[in-house]
This record gives sequence, C-alpha cells and structure tokens, in this order.
Amino acid sequence: MDGVGWNYSDVVKEHFMRPKNILQVSEEEYKADGVGFVGSPACGDMMKIFIKVKEGRIIDLKWQTFGCASAIGSTSMLSEMVTRDGGMTLEEAIEITPEAIIKELGGLPANKIHCSVLGDKALRDAINDYYKKTGQTDKIPKTEAKIVCECLEVTDEDIRMEVLEGVKDFDTLQKRTKVGTSCGKCADNVKKILNDFVEQYYKCSIYTGEK
Amino acid sequence: MIYLDYNATTPLHPKVKEKIIDFLNDYGNPSSAHETGRKVKFMVEDARESVASFLNCRPDEIIFTASGSEANNTVIKSVGRCANSLCYSSAGKSHIISTVVEHPSVLNTLKCVENQNIDVTYVKVDAFGRVSASDVEKAIRPGVTSLISTMYANNEIGVIQPIEEISAIAQKYDIPFHTDAVQAIGKVPIDLKKLNVDYMSISGHKIYAPKGIGVLYKKKGTKALCPLINGGHQEFSFRAGTENTIGIVAIGEAFKQLKIEMDEEIIRIKKLRDKLEAGLFKTIPNIKLNGHPTERLPGTLNISFKNIEGESILLRLDLFGIAVSTGSACSSGSLEPSYVVSSLGVEPEIAHSSIRFSLGRENTEEEIDQTIEKVGEVVSFLRTMSPIK
Ligand SMILES: Cc1ncc(COP(=O)(O)O)c(C=O)c1O
Repeated sequence: MDGVGWNYSDVVKEHFMRPKNILQVSEEEYKADGVGFVGSPACGDMMKIFIKVKEGRIIDLKWQTFGCASAIGSTSMLSEMVTRDGGMTLEEAIEITPEAIIKELGGLPANKIHCSVLGDKALRDAINDYYKKTGQTDKIPKTEAKIVCECLEVTDEDIRMEVLEGVKDFDTLQKRTKVGTSCGKCADNVKKILNDFVEQYYKCSIYTGEK
Repeated sequence: MIYLDYNATTPLHPKVKEKIIDFLNDYGNPSSAHETGRKVKFMVEDARESVASFLNCRPDEIIFTASGSEANNTVIKSVGRCANSLCYSSAGKSHIISTVVEHPSVLNTLKCVENQNIDVTYVKVDAFGRVSASDVEKAIRPGVTSLISTMYANNEIGVIQPIEEISAIAQKYDIPFHTDAVQAIGKVPIDLKKLNVDYMSISGHKIYAPKGIGVLYKKKGTKALCPLINGGHQEFSFRAGTENTIGIVAIGEAFKQLKIEMDEEIIRIKKLRDKLEAGLFKTIPNIKLNGHPTERLPGTLNISFKNIEGESILLRLDLFGIAVSTGSACSSGSLEPSYVVSSLGVEPEIAHSSIRFSLGRENTEEEIDQTIEKVGEVVSFLRTMSPIK
C-alpha cells in the first residue's frame, strides 16, 4: 500500500510496525528496578514500563501495551529517547513531556494526542516506583495541583489529565468530572484553564483530516 | 488489497459502472416534456421498476432519496409533524419505539426529535444482539405510540432482527412500522408481499451502486410522510429536487444484478465467511464472536481479539493490504468504544478489541486463506507486546 491517507508520519509508522524495546522476557526474568503502570483496557489503553537504573541513569527501558498505533509509536519513541547515549538521568527522564515525544515523531493527528500520553505517565510512575524501592521517597515530586472547583475538589491537574485524554470542551469536561456542577462560580476560570490546556496540547499536532 | 469492509461500502458492480458510463451523456431533466427529458424520465422509471420488482412491491411505492440516512430521517422526522402526516397524535404527545443498536442515522435523528415533544423508548438487545418482539410489545403505549422503527440487520455485528414478529406486533396494534434495511438488502431475501412493513430504508452504496443514492419504500395506503425537502413534485411530492438521475439509473441496475446474483452469492459469501470464522477460531486462541451465531448476515463476522486493541490490529492489517474495521474508540477518535458491541453487555475492553470483517462479491477463497494467516500473525505479534496475558 502506498500510504494514501495514512494519518501518521513515516516515523510513527516505522515505530508502529517495528516497535523498539518491547519486553520479550517475563517480568521475573527481566528484574526491573522500577515498574510503572497506567490506564486500563476498559478505557481502551494501558501501558506498563520497566526500567533499569544505574548511577542515576536509566540504562534500559522495556515496555508493554494494550494500545492503539499512536500509543505504540509514541512509547517506542520514548523508549529510544530515554535510553539513547548511555541513558537519561532520572531527573531528565521525569521531565519528558508528550510534546517532546510528539515532536520527535514528526507530529500526530489531533485526535490521537490523548493516546500518546500514556508512555510518559507510565515512565514517571516507574521512576517513582524506583525511588520508593530504593528508599528515596523524598525525590518523588509532589504534584502541585491547585483546586479550581471548591465544591467538587477538581484541580487544574485533573483538567490537564482530562484534556490529555481527549476532552476539549467544557460540557464534556463537566460530564466527566462534574466540575462546576454545584455552585458554578468556578465555571469561567475552568473554561479558561481548559482552553489553555487545549491550546497547549493540540496546537503542535498535524491534522490531516478525519477518515 | 484484500477488501473485507463491504458493510462500510462496496465497489461498483461492473455492470453498474458500465451503465453509468453509458448514461453520462443523457443530461435531460426527467420533468421536461421534450424528448431529451422524456428519455431520462423513461430510464428513471425503468430503475424504479427494477427496484420494485426485486422487492416485490409497486413502483409507486419507491421513492428515491439521497441516501439511506435521508430515508431514515424522512420517516422519523414525519412523526407528529403536521396534521396529515404519519401518526399525528391529537393527544399532542407522540411516542416512538426503536432499539439501542440502530445506525447513527436513526439514533441521532431520534435524539433530535426527542426534543420536540416526542418520547422514545430504546429497546435493549440480548447478549447476541437480538431484540425480543415481546420487549417491543411491552413498550407500546396504546394510542400514543406512533411509530416502531427497528433495523433489519445490524451494520457492526450483522445480527438479523426478528422483523416478521415485530411487524406482526405493529400490525396488531395498528402502529406504522419502519425498518432500516440498508444492511439487509441483497444479503437476506426480502419479499414485501410477505413482509408487512410500512416504510423501509435502502442505500445504494451497500449494494454495488454509488454513494449518495438511497430508496425509501412507502407502502401504498399507509400514513403520509412529511417531506424532508419541500419543492417540486418529484418523487410523488415526497422528495423534491431534480433527481440524481445517474444515481437512480445506477441503483436500478444494481437491483437488476442483485436479482440475478443474490441467491448464489448469499451461499457463496456465507461459505467464505464460515471458512474465515472457523479458520480464525481454529488458529487463534482467546477470541470471541460478537453477535448471533446463526441469525446473522452471511458476510459479517465481528470478533474480539482479547488483550489487544482494535485500532492497532486494523492498522497493521492495513499495512499488509487487508481492509477491516474496528469498534475501538481510537479508530473513531471518540472516547467511547462501539455502542453496538457494548450493548451486548460485554466488558468495554471487548469492544475496544473488536474487529469487523465484512465480505462481498469480489472476495475469493485465496483471500480468506491469506487473511486467516495474516490476522494470526498480527494478533500474536500484538499479544507479545500486551501487558495482559
Ligand atoms: C444500517 C445502516 N443504516 C443506514 C446507513 C446509512 O446509509 P447512507 O450511507 O446511504 O446514508 C448505513 C450505512 O452507513 C447503515 O449501515
């Protein structure tokens, strides 16, 4: 097939067809220093990341997924970015954003952005697991989530996660989080935060049209 | 390319293609009185007769529309609309009975009329995707229920509904009955002398005619419909607008070909589908059939490949030149997986893992052999990368 209408860049296609760093052996055999796990098959995607750490660097990363082409492509790319040139330091790795991965992939279709965030989430989870296992809990970054809806205790971080899952409008956000359904005072502020995140996450994508 | 997505759309039948090409110079308006117009009028009426002859109904019961979706919209949006139209209820309130597995062109139209003083009951399906006629009967509100609309066969899982039983109930309570037969036409024999339906929707592009042409069957003597598009007197004043003559001539030819080929094709395609089904179940562990084992369109096979995600299966098959479709959320760009597969009462991951194979007239046995092999490869590859074992 000549790739007509293929919504993904050649880089994504390559990583999708020949994913790098898949965990091929059993978990027991691999003996990871940290394991991260996010998502669930019920939501349509799930990601597991295994890391080996030496002297503060991630020297090896393996992964498994129940996920779509974008999830596979972006995590495969993430696995290369992290282990390239002797491996990133844990501090560097924990800072990797979906935007950085998408940039290396040469873009993703807009409606696929939410599929690409599992990899870096699972990686942060794996790093935190490593910190926990090695007694360095002080290094686990505290999320500085700010409550934006007092009544239902919805934070800006919650909104960010919803946007990454694909939510783009206030009504859908409200349906999923119940934000602003009690006193409603926060609605304007929530809309602004929502728009900022949508702008941030969906601007960098290439959009090649729906099929 | 091995095309296994005939429920999405079909290629033109070679005879239909020929017919279109021959027709391209006939530009006349069928409403014109001169020869250029009369010639095209004659061809339009010939097409109408070919549709009627296939369905065993009268030509003046056949209304050409711009799509199956339009036919569905026309019927549903007629409910309670104007005093002389379908099921106008002097009580002021109307009620429609339909099902949870209808095509979006029915479901979203129902959602739209629900805002207009019309109640809708969506009857659920069993674990095989079938509606029970007695559930339909229980939903009836005598004197208020104005329409029963249930699809003949489902596009995603191919399940065939007990249309005869449902139509008998509709008749018993004297409620007009509509069926969306878009997926059933050409795949199950339909005889409108025997089957008692008041309105039926058909689409050209599922039966080897082009996209953008549909048929609305409206039984003679049944309650009137409100036109969706008002204007000239075309299509017995049910559907204004100068006719899509190319589409009409094409769908007429498609029905002529169906009449010749259908009986044999049903048998041939069912055999291929059964071969595919048996082959996949034999070679791939941990898979599940979505839909009814027997009450199903001959060419449709919807399977969930457990522990892996549908879009990744679809796209890997696509890169191997095999075209299928999936009920996973990722392929549609929405956050929810297929509502049809979900309606079977399965876990959401089953819907996310579902793949629909739908076969048609150009498929061969070799293609099925290759598909079984390639699907096996793709599934076992994706399973090696799955965290769920
Ligand atoms: C069951 C069913 N009804 C209606 C339609 C709509 O037909 P059309 O594409 O002609 O609008 C389709 C096909 O997409 C269908 O499968």
